[in-house]
Amino acid sequence: MTLLEIADLRVAFPGPSGPVNAVNGVSLGVDSGQTLAILGESGSGKSVTAQAVMGILDVPPATITGSVRLRDRELLTLPRKQRDRISGEEIGMVFQDAMAALNPVFTVGHQIMEVLRVRRGMSKADARRRAIELVDRVRIPAAKDRIRDYPHQFSGGMRQRIMIALAISLEPDLLIADEPTTALDVTVQAQVMELLAEIQRDSGMGLLLITHDLGVVAEVADDVAVMYAGRIVERGTVQQIFAGPAHPYTEGLLASMPRVDRRDEQLYAIPGAPPNPARLPAGCPFHLRCPRATDECLVTLPPLQALPADRASACHHHEEVLGATQR
Amino acid sequence: MPPSDDVVLRVENLVKHFPVKGRIPFVSGGVVKAVDGVSFDLRRGETLGVVGESGCGKSTLARMLVGLEQPTSGAVRFGRSVVHQARGRELRALRRRIQIVLQDPYTSLNPRRTIREILLQPFEIHPDVLDRRRRVERIKELLDLVGLDPSLHLDRYPHQFSGGQRQRIGIARALALNPDVIVCDEPVSALDVSVQAQVVNLLERLQEELGVAYVFIAHDLSVVRHISDRVAVMYLGKLVETGPEIDLYEAPRHPYTSALLSAVPVPDPAGRGERKRILLAGDPPSPVNPPSGCRFRTRCWQATDTCATTEPPLAAGEHPVACHYPLAA
Ligand SMILES: Nc1ncnc2c1ncn2[C@@H]1O[C@H](COP(=O)(O)OP(=O)(O)OP(=O)(O)O)[C@@H](O)[C@H]1O
Ligand SMILES: Nc1ncnc2c1ncn2[C@@H]1O[C@H](COP(=O)(O)OP(=O)(O)OP(=O)(O)O)[C@@H](O)[C@H]1O
Ligand code: SF4
Ligand code: SF4
Ligand SMILES: [Mg+2]
Ligand SMILES: [Mg+2]
Repeated sequence: MTLLEIADLRVAFPGPSGPVNAVNGVSLGVDSGQTLAILGESGSGKSVTAQAVMGILDVPPATITGSVRLRDRELLTLPRKQRDRISGEEIGMVFQDAMAALNPVFTVGHQIMEVLRVRRGMSKADARRRAIELVDRVRIPAAKDRIRDYPHQFSGGMRQRIMIALAISLEPDLLIADEPTTALDVTVQAQVMELLAEIQRDSGMGLLLITHDLGVVAEVADDVAVMYAGRIVERGTVQQIFAGPAHPYTEGLLASMPRVDRRDEQLYAIPGAPPNPARLPAGCPFHLRCPRATDECLVTLPPLQALPADRASACHHHEEVLGATQR
Repeated sequence: MPPSDDVVLRVENLVKHFPVKGRIPFVSGGVVKAVDGVSFDLRRGETLGVVGESGCGKSTLARMLVGLEQPTSGAVRFGRSVVHQARGRELRALRRRIQIVLQDPYTSLNPRRTIREILLQPFEIHPDVLDRRRRVERIKELLDLVGLDPSLHLDRYPHQFSGGQRQRIGIARALALNPDVIVCDEPVSALDVSVQAQVVNLLERLQEELGVAYVFIAHDLSVVRHISDRVAVMYLGKLVETGPEIDLYEAPRHPYTSALLSAVPVPDPAGRGERKRILLAGDPPSPVNPPSGCRFRTRCWQATDTCATTEPPLAAGEHPVACHYPLAA
């Protein structure tokens, strides 16, 4: 069943020389139990998309249009109070900046217990038991003692895991996890992703996973959406995307991946820099960096087109790309 | 410049213990042994990668290397200076020569300063480095180097940037004064792999041109492999194995290193679930009460009685390992 449905989402911030178009018409859906990974260039609008779903962008200054539906309820037009209740109880969020999301003046135990007491009406003793259990489940040693510590007393990866504990504390229907494993070593990362998968199996939680880690994507995602300059430029199953991308940006991204089993002299990087979101070029936003660009690409913006096998690409020459990348 | 035998930074038996609050007020609950006796040399122009489990003490070590944290004991030596004892003019000189890129790109940039102000600050603290009139030009160059457009970004505030953009601003700031040593704590973890490749290539190019040495802390073992000359593996506050990149990756000798390498996710969904991962038994032990003898013994599949009573030392040499029964090389 479709849990989250985003349609033609656009977000702009005011800028010194006109609006900064951070998100330019994103549409995607997440089903119960499904894991959709969002990949993409740094600055391409992944976090802003997540923040728009959570309703935590200040409006204004941000201008938000389009539609965000959770189980058939439109969130964007919902009154503040209802909106906050939904993003507090039905959607959990792991923020990219754990330090800013945790309150520095309260112990982490207090923060988790508070959520459980306010939202679930738990007694203090029950809330404490549950908080310890949650902190323990994200593999923090000596959870019973450490819940009395303040955020600054934890390592980067531990804070990230505290955020995860907080985000799953209310058993949300949908978890939005923005770079949840950037500070985690591979062993803990595997355990945390397994914990999320377990919750998904038990409760059907949908997972919108924003990450740069292609290894994690390959291990856990069902489907993948690739973002560039505020748009989704490619969508497909994880197998489809890794076996042969249908967009030149994805192609370049996969080629940039360092390998653990060998050492290359120089890493491949896509040449050039992403376009200025305040002054997007005409035509395809990737054309200045694209080795396959033709005249058509300089003038016509390629829409996200459906391809066979239920995948999609926003490239005029997707057939050529597929032909070259299929293995 | 290739790495030389010249030591730029010498780390001697470095220890950091944090007191923890006890259950009973005013009675100490013991100490978190975040870093517990770490020694190594960093050579001029080399890159030492540091890897290890979350919470094993990497960031604490990094902060001590640059004097942001006082060690409980031990010393970091740079030339004739001891980092934590330096004051006044000596301290200022050290601050210029040893830079850090902090793990958290959100809290390490002052939210009330524009990027222009943040990047000009190092030159205001060290005015003799560059003529005032050339500074703006220089910070534009720096932004360009890390792949950010100066015309677009210079007069914005940190919260108006994405995570990866902020991380690159931190790198530009560390590069500003042409230091001898840059301690990078997870410098590329918030970047997509293409920008990450750009930054890693940039760091390598600067090293070749300027001979700067890096301590490169990252959880991504592929990136560490790519950039490092030598790699140090840390477990619960101690180094358990150090060695040249190729030896350590191709022939790990400590059981923890081999478990770590086996857990690297392979970026290929086709092989999902078929990989041979060494799953570590049990939970990571608490740094307040580390296990006796070898700290890894509670999760080691080769542990014997000796491991519980005798701590294996990290010997000297090219590829030392702190284990009573090292894996065959
Ligand atoms: N509050 C804001 N005001 C103005 N611009 C903003 C604001 N927040 C984000 N932006 C801009 O919007 C764009 C998208 O940012 P976003 O944080 O979504 O990127 P991202 O895809 O999450 O990148 P990363 O992978 O680096 O985290 C960026 O160009 C960023 O500079
Ligand atoms: N100010 C502090 N007070 C108390 N304990 C602290 C403090 N700073 C760090 N610690 C503890 O010291 C240990 C090591 O932390 P450190 O941040 O060095 O780990 P790390 O290896 O960088 O981990 P990560 O990979 O998660 O960033 C952790 O148990 C942490 O909770
Ligand atoms: S539309 Fe043209 S420029 Fe854009 S990605 Fe495709 S080939 Fe490249
Ligand atoms: S000393 Fe013993 S417990 Fe420690 S790593 Fe070696 S075999 Fe394992
Ligand atoms: Mg982001
Ligand atoms: Mg750290």
